[in-house]
Amino acid sequence: MDPDTDIGGPLHKFPITNHSAIAAARSNDEIIRRRAFDTILNGYWKPVYKYVRLKWQASNEDAKDLTQGFFANAFEKNHFASYDAAKASFQTFLRTCLDGFVANERKAGQRLKRGGDMDHYQLDFAAAEDELAAHASASTLTPEDYFHREWVRSMFAMAVETFRERCVESDRMVHFQLFERYDLNDDDVSYASLAKEFGLEPATVNNYLAAARRDFRRIVREKFRETT
Amino acid sequence: MKWLSDDKLDHLLDVVGTRYAFVKELGRGGMGTVYLAEDRELDRQVAIKVLNEPEATDGLRERMIREAQIIARLEHPGIVPVHDVGTLPDGRIFYAMKFVRGSRLDEYAAQGASLRDRLRKFQAVCDAVAFAHAHGVIHRDLKPQNIMIGSFGEVLVMDWGVAKISDDSHQAAAFNTSDGTVIGTRNYMSPEQARGEVEIDERTDVYSLGAVLNFLLTHQKVSKPARAICVKAMAREPNDRYASASELSADIGHLLDAEPVSAYRENAFEKTGRWVSKNRFLVLLVLAYLLMRIFLIFTSRR
Repeated sequence: MDPDTDIGGPLHKFPITNHSAIAAARSNDEIIRRRAFDTILNGYWKPVYKYVRLKWQASNEDAKDLTQGFFANAFEKNHFASYDAAKASFQTFLRTCLDGFVANERKAGQRLKRGGDMDHYQLDFAAAEDELAAHASASTLTPEDYFHREWVRSMFAMAVETFRERCVESDRMVHFQLFERYDLNDDDVSYASLAKEFGLEPATVNNYLAAARRDFRRIVREKFRETT
Repeated sequence: MKWLSDDKLDHLLDVVGTRYAFVKELGRGGMGTVYLAEDRELDRQVAIKVLNEPEATDGLRERMIREAQIIARLEHPGIVPVHDVGTLPDGRIFYAMKFVRGSRLDEYAAQGASLRDRLRKFQAVCDAVAFAHAHGVIHRDLKPQNIMIGSFGEVLVMDWGVAKISDDSHQAAAFNTSDGTVIGTRNYMSPEQARGEVEIDERTDVYSLGAVLNFLLTHQKVSKPARAICVKAMAREPNDRYASASELSADIGHLLDAEPVSAYRENAFEKTGRWVSKNRFLVLLVLAYLLMRIFLIFTSRR
């Protein structure tokens, strides 16, 4: 795909349904802050891990510790509350914090030892490592651009998951399955073959897919709003 | 969580952005890049200006959105209409506007347009700018490269990225026009704008219009009144210029109609010459009549 074909739809077509987690990170309410932090963690931990591996040439074990340490430290000291949208995007702010954190860790010449009362997050580092190996973009982009792309990938992956959950809740699994088969899987399928496979009219497949994409678009927008 | 390969991610970015399909890049500026795109919903081509910075600060985002809002509120045939504003999946702000087929004013002039045509186009630019001024918007970057001549001869003023809204209290923050900040293009910028003065008014655009007129008159055989209009519009002191783009437009109209212009006091000889030039047909008719009478008198005496 041409890099510039990602010209998206208008903002007004994507209603804001969630408050930004960045804003919620400033809350005085511990529960709200914790929830906001989890949202930020979910959206950014993979880009952080991959960025540390790539830019800082950290081994996978070091990168795991640095990722855990970075988020634990950020939550403990409430770093994300100091973000100022007038100065930079949240993504840049987070990456700058991360660079500072890793540099300090390196300077101190020690690996963070997690344990005791330090938070330890359940993160699937093995999956992140597999992705890092599989993504061609890891070797062609600058670490900063790669971080951005990984963040976008993370947002889309979360959107796919949310979309699946909502389809299950609303008993519209066929929408998700069609979307999965046509837009997510590598199989070369047509509307006609999907119609045959799902026992639907081709026009119905067309309508279901259009609706699924519309919903997916809305969810993607929600995800971006949450973490920017 | 679903594994997303590079190919699938690119595909999903495309799926999310289904309304506008990239065609080609049209131009790149300091703040944004303009692309030609296909509006798939309305099946037409549009120009899309996309903020260059995917990780822009709030100030830059706000500036881009305000640019779109400024243009959108200026509904005039001489100002490029905005259709849509939004955010790309990666967070970049964009707005879609009419795709103008045609050429820029400098290209149009290079194609050898006549002086009269140049003045007509220039008058249309003045009228569009006057309309913006009436709505409290000062362009601040008028130059031939920001003026398009459409394929049907329509004139469109483009690029309102550094425009100033006179009643906008958020202006300073949004456009970073604190004292000393120079915004605009040097050759077409008024002296007060070049000094970075904050308190500028519509007359800064009048100066730029004068500079555009000067550009259009270069290498042309022009009359003294035409030159005087240019000099008055480009006066160093704002008080010595036309008070508004409308006044400048009116003088151009007078010039085209061979009527006296406010910028130039003509002598009796020039006044007669202009009158003769304007009423050429009548003068020829009277001359023909007189010649015929002389001829008849001369032949009847024989």
